[in-house]
Amino acid sequence: GNWSRLAAQQALTQDELLRFDTTGNVSLIHITDIHAHLRPVHFREPSINLGVGEARGLPPHITGADYRRMYGLDDGSPLAYALTHDDFAALARTYGRIGGLDRAATVVKAIRADRPDALLLDGGDTWQGSYTALRTDGRDVIRAMNLLGVEAMTSHWEFTLGIDRVTEIVENELDFPFLGANIFDTEWDERAYEPYRFFERGGVKIAVIGQAFPYLPIANPSWMFPGLSFGVREENIAELVQEVRDQGAGLVVLLSHNGFDVDRKLAGNVPGIDVILTGHTHDALPEPVIVGKTLLIASGSHGKFLTRLDLDVQDGAVKGFAHKLIPLFSDVIAPDPEMAALIAEERAPYESELTEVLGQTDSLLYRRGNFNGTWDDLICQALLEEREADIALSPGFRWGASVLPGADITREDLFSVTSMSYPSAYRSEMTGEMLHAILEDVADNLFNPDPYYQQGGDMVRVGGMGYRIDVTQPMGSRITEMTLLKTGEKLDPAKSYVVSGWASVNEETEGPAIWDVVESHIRRLGTVTLEPNTSVDVIGG
Amino acid sequence: MATGVKPRVRAPKTATPGEVVVLKTLISHPMESGQRRDSDGNIIPRSIINRFTCTYGGETVIEMELHGAISTNPYIEFEAKVPASGEFVFTWYDDDGDVYEERAEVTVA
Amino acid sequence: AVAAGLTPFMASAKKYDDALAEFTGGAEVIDGEIELTTPEIAENGNTVPVSVAAPGAAMIAIFADGNPEAEVAVFTFGPLAGSQAASTRIRLAQTQNVIAVAQMGDGSFRRVAREVKVTIGGCGG
Ligand SMILES: [Mn+2]
Ligand SMILES: [Mn+2]
Repeated sequence: GNWSRLAAQQALTQDELLRFDTTGNVSLIHITDIHAHLRPVHFREPSINLGVGEARGLPPHITGADYRRMYGLDDGSPLAYALTHDDFAALARTYGRIGGLDRAATVVKAIRADRPDALLLDGGDTWQGSYTALRTDGRDVIRAMNLLGVEAMTSHWEFTLGIDRVTEIVENELDFPFLGANIFDTEWDERAYEPYRFFERGGVKIAVIGQAFPYLPIANPSWMFPGLSFGVREENIAELVQEVRDQGAGLVVLLSHNGFDVDRKLAGNVPGIDVILTGHTHDALPEPVIVGKTLLIASGSHGKFLTRLDLDVQDGAVKGFAHKLIPLFSDVIAPDPEMAALIAEERAPYESELTEVLGQTDSLLYRRGNFNGTWDDLICQALLEEREADIALSPGFRWGASVLPGADITREDLFSVTSMSYPSAYRSEMTGEMLHAILEDVADNLFNPDPYYQQGGDMVRVGGMGYRIDVTQPMGSRITEMTLLKTGEKLDPAKSYVVSGWASVNEETEGPAIWDVVESHIRRLGTVTLEPNTSVDVIGG
Repeated sequence: MATGVKPRVRAPKTATPGEVVVLKTLISHPMESGQRRDSDGNIIPRSIINRFTCTYGGETVIEMELHGAISTNPYIEFEAKVPASGEFVFTWYDDDGDVYEERAEVTVA
Repeated sequence: AVAAGLTPFMASAKKYDDALAEFTGGAEVIDGEIELTTPEIAENGNTVPVSVAAPGAAMIAIFADGNPEAEVAVFTFGPLAGSQAASTRIRLAQTQNVIAVAQMGDGSFRRVAREVKVTIGGCGG
């Protein structure tokens, strides 16, 4: 509420954020990976987001000053704040929080006032990631997405609500189709979900094909959705593109949760897709990436952005387009009263739990980035100390909002980085050899030069241990110099260490919920201070 | 020796003359590979379905030789030409000498 | 029934090179021109879907070069085969190549290999 903040916000107006050069006959609106964040967030974009193989140095694998230079963003500008990591805390005080489905609703209504039949599509990772979504089994988000006017979605973390709940939602609660062209049953190998839906807009027959996250049964607990098989299934997509073209589709849109690099490869291998609305890897790009004739759109995460894409479609071909990644500056865009009321209603029963202060932080707490963020360091410290372990492991999730230095840490903040359905914090013994195998396995899921072998998470976070990683090496040779920090000794492959972690995909995992472990730790510390983490030495980045 | 072995088949009931149809088969069977050891370290003897055949009207559609790497509850999918009305005969041969059979009639019109 | 404890099957467990040589009789094998569809990463190493297609083939063999026994299956197509194609599900003990080798109608052999990764997984986002 100081002068500079007012000045900065005066330079930004809702009209300016919504200004758009209406083009052609079709408008698409894309939102993805909100992870149940219904309210505006601080979310620091990554400082490290390495590309490997052919993707090295290409968007979205650029950060910070390189990103600002590539897209012509001034240092300290609103878009620099929304899209890059530098000076995050200071800029956050200037520009405020971004996102909130009530602001998204205002923008959607404005776009639909301009183009009444604009098609709104949700890329998935929608029903998981907040305290209220956990407590309501996703109901709060589902009601909000229905009200927002979403017309189709695809999925990933949705399935961690368990197959029975997913079925109940898809059959009874969702007002729009839940598309998954790459989901098959494991018994008879038949489609388990609707693969695509046609929409008539602006005189164009639009086919929207949904592609769920290909590696669900590997990255998440398959026992929660038994009997389903996923995969990239490139040949399946190629067949469906042909099928919808044969049925007269003038525009083919892939609503994808593949991750950006997988979609870039897919666009190069499968002709005939006009637009891929990408998701899963949480990238936000102010311009489309064009592969052949395919536009790849990356709309960020946590509800920070909507993309509007206008297309001029004539005779089954895209003749022109206009694109805007719209940052939802929450102090600039007026909340939509109807959506604000729905969110308030869903939050009301939990308000005291959500706003309870667990402690304070002196440091910026963030997660996103290929290696440990400060939130992860705090979680790993909690695991080491509260669970009395030598080494802590925390998954490389890309979801979880940031907390500014000097701020309270509320329960809502903690659940933003921990809320999910398999939170048990295990404590077990692992040999140095096993730990090496785990790090190599996860590193290959992230840094395999062939995108179809990438699962789109970040590197597993470690506490109590340092290591060196050469991302350019093949699997088995990336991780060296694994060191136990408390003694400074190299890990012995044959020796056993006490390891604590969470989010195991194994059904029998036992232990307290991670949020209880971290809450105890924060309460004990009172005020959290995190030094920069120097325990991971990255080569080849 | 395998117990509770149950074959299942998905085949169309009708077809046009000469149509190529998709056939899917499953048979519940542990397919003990002969590569696993029990808790005492002894090899668990192999017990698998080692051969599968499908005929239509007495003529061969496909034959398959199966080894220990075929998964539990073997799944086999393939295509057949259906020249005229007739009957598919699906046959699975177990290591233990048992033979399992399933039939599916197709009316061609 | 075959008595338990006998070892003829273990004795016949062949590595890939030997299994291939037995299938081809040592004939030359040309790479390409047949299709093999596998997942890039196995969702479950105990049941990995595999599809092969080789128009004009008489037989197609599937091998897994990192399994203790490399032979997986051999399909022989009869006069009423609707296509020279089949699908099944296989076990892979570790990351390895799945290899399909087809004996074509003219007696020549064609081969295609695809790596399938068997991962411990569990840390996606
Ligand atoms: Mn996500
Ligand atoms: Mn995802």
